[in-house]
Amino acid sequence: MKKTFKDKLSERIFLALALSSISALALITVFIIIQGAPIIGSVGIFNFIFGMTWAPSQGEFGIFPMIVGTLAVTLGAMVLGVPIGICSAVFLAEFAPVPVRNMFRPAIQLLAGIPSVVYGFWGLIFIVPLIRDYLGGPGLSILAGSIVLAIMILPTVISITEVSIIALPRTYKEGALALGMSHWQAIYSVQLPAAKSGIVAAVILGTGRAIGETMAVIMVLGNAPALPRSILDPVRTLTTNIGIEMGYATGDHRQALFATGIVLFILIMTLNITAQYITRKKKQK
Amino acid sequence: MRLTVLILLILSVFTLTACSSGAGNTVIVAGSTSVQPYAEVLAENYSIIFPDRAVDIQGGGSSTGIRAAQSGTADIGMSSRELTEEEQEMWNIVIAKDGLVLIVHPQNPVNGLTLEQVRRIYTGDVTNWLEVGGADRRIHVITREEGSGTRGAFEDMLMENNLITSRAIVQNTNGSVRQLVSNDIDSIGFLSLGLADQSVKALELDGVAPTWNNVMLGDYTLFRQFYFVSAEKPSDYVKLFIDFALSEEGQRLLMLEGLITDMKEAE
Repeated sequence: MKKTFKDKLSERIFLALALSSISALALITVFIIIQGAPIIGSVGIFNFIFGMTWAPSQGEFGIFPMIVGTLAVTLGAMVLGVPIGICSAVFLAEFAPVPVRNMFRPAIQLLAGIPSVVYGFWGLIFIVPLIRDYLGGPGLSILAGSIVLAIMILPTVISITEVSIIALPRTYKEGALALGMSHWQAIYSVQLPAAKSGIVAAVILGTGRAIGETMAVIMVLGNAPALPRSILDPVRTLTTNIGIEMGYATGDHRQALFATGIVLFILIMTLNITAQYITRKKKQK
Repeated sequence: MRLTVLILLILSVFTLTACSSGAGNTVIVAGSTSVQPYAEVLAENYSIIFPDRAVDIQGGGSSTGIRAAQSGTADIGMSSRELTEEEQEMWNIVIAKDGLVLIVHPQNPVNGLTLEQVRRIYTGDVTNWLEVGGADRRIHVITREEGSGTRGAFEDMLMENNLITSRAIVQNTNGSVRQLVSNDIDSIGFLSLGLADQSVKALELDGVAPTWNNVMLGDYTLFRQFYFVSAEKPSDYVKLFIDFALSEEGQRLLMLEGLITDMKEAE
């Protein structure tokens, strides 16, 4: 009798704790929508998403330049970060001698542990002047943001890719080698394709990290709410729009920042759902 | 299920009590990040004179500070923008004036601009330093974020209802504006007179140098007022801190930090 009560009690406690994390999600979602929806209603969803001018003090709330900015910076980070990440993972999983691997892995984990504000500061002091001096423009640019983000997503991309390569059955590699393939051929035409769903997951998780990052990019992007004309132009992303203006925002302006949050939320949700869909499809095959 | 609800309730009660503790004799001052560094200097010296009294200075921006003072979350709100009619009904006082100054890189050959030139640079009509007497290089315009008191003051005093170009680089602190300008020879930015240091060059406007004297004489027109606001007439320990800010010693401290103080208003 006593035991069942204890069982029930612990069950309830776990339930309550599980509920609290779910309800946090629900609360945040509901709160963002309640705060942000009215302004989307009054501005019009089309004008909000495709509007070219962001001037809250004038009642202009168009976030299209920031959607473009978010996509541009994220794409740049992927182009720079993903090849490096996958190659590093292949090196770690296939080529690296044990002592090198033992040094390499904690180093990458350390990279993940650096606070984003430190990345941003480093980007501002080191990357931005380099771009300004050698490529022109103000230095604060899509390129600077992409470089900083590329480094920040490396730990995610490397560790997930590496795990998915290591997890492959040994027979794949052994079979390939037995058929007379070289080590490189085995990696390129057997192991990487076999680990594809893991790699796709790594890339998508990296993308999510890049889209959501705020602090580091506020410092190096320049935050101009205008459509960029080149990768050397400053841009503003959805996250930095909230981050940079929330301190002083009131009234409609504040609501518009929450509305920016809604768009960001939908963007990230779409990304996650796509990721799940892709990995599930792979499994069904 | 009832048990679940109970546990959640108990948890939430704990959280609430955690929030309400604290306070006491501490003066909570919140608001404009432009006023914040000066208020911190005041607080530092205040706590030397009155070691048993604490002052807690928080940022958040002018509007946030005024709201906090209204709701009682803060004892004093700091504002670097003019008060709206509604806000003027609260108790308020000017603690000091602050000049706005246009800054460029020290090696920029341009020493001064007219107000009209500054306006055209910030609207994006003028994009090359050559057009205003400098080198043939693109101007990198730096501004503060929408809603910032410094940006508001700049727009009110200078832009005459024109919009600042959306191509301008946006930074959300005075410090980062100064940091950028001191590193980029093609840039122009604006910040509080008291915060311009040796790392940047302060521009003359319409031939008038942005000095303390010129602001006092009224020749340099780009200045704004810093307010302390409170929900009601301050009393007790809150009054003590405000009195200190307005005392000769307090005003002298603010002056040393680069603000323009008018002793008459201190009375």
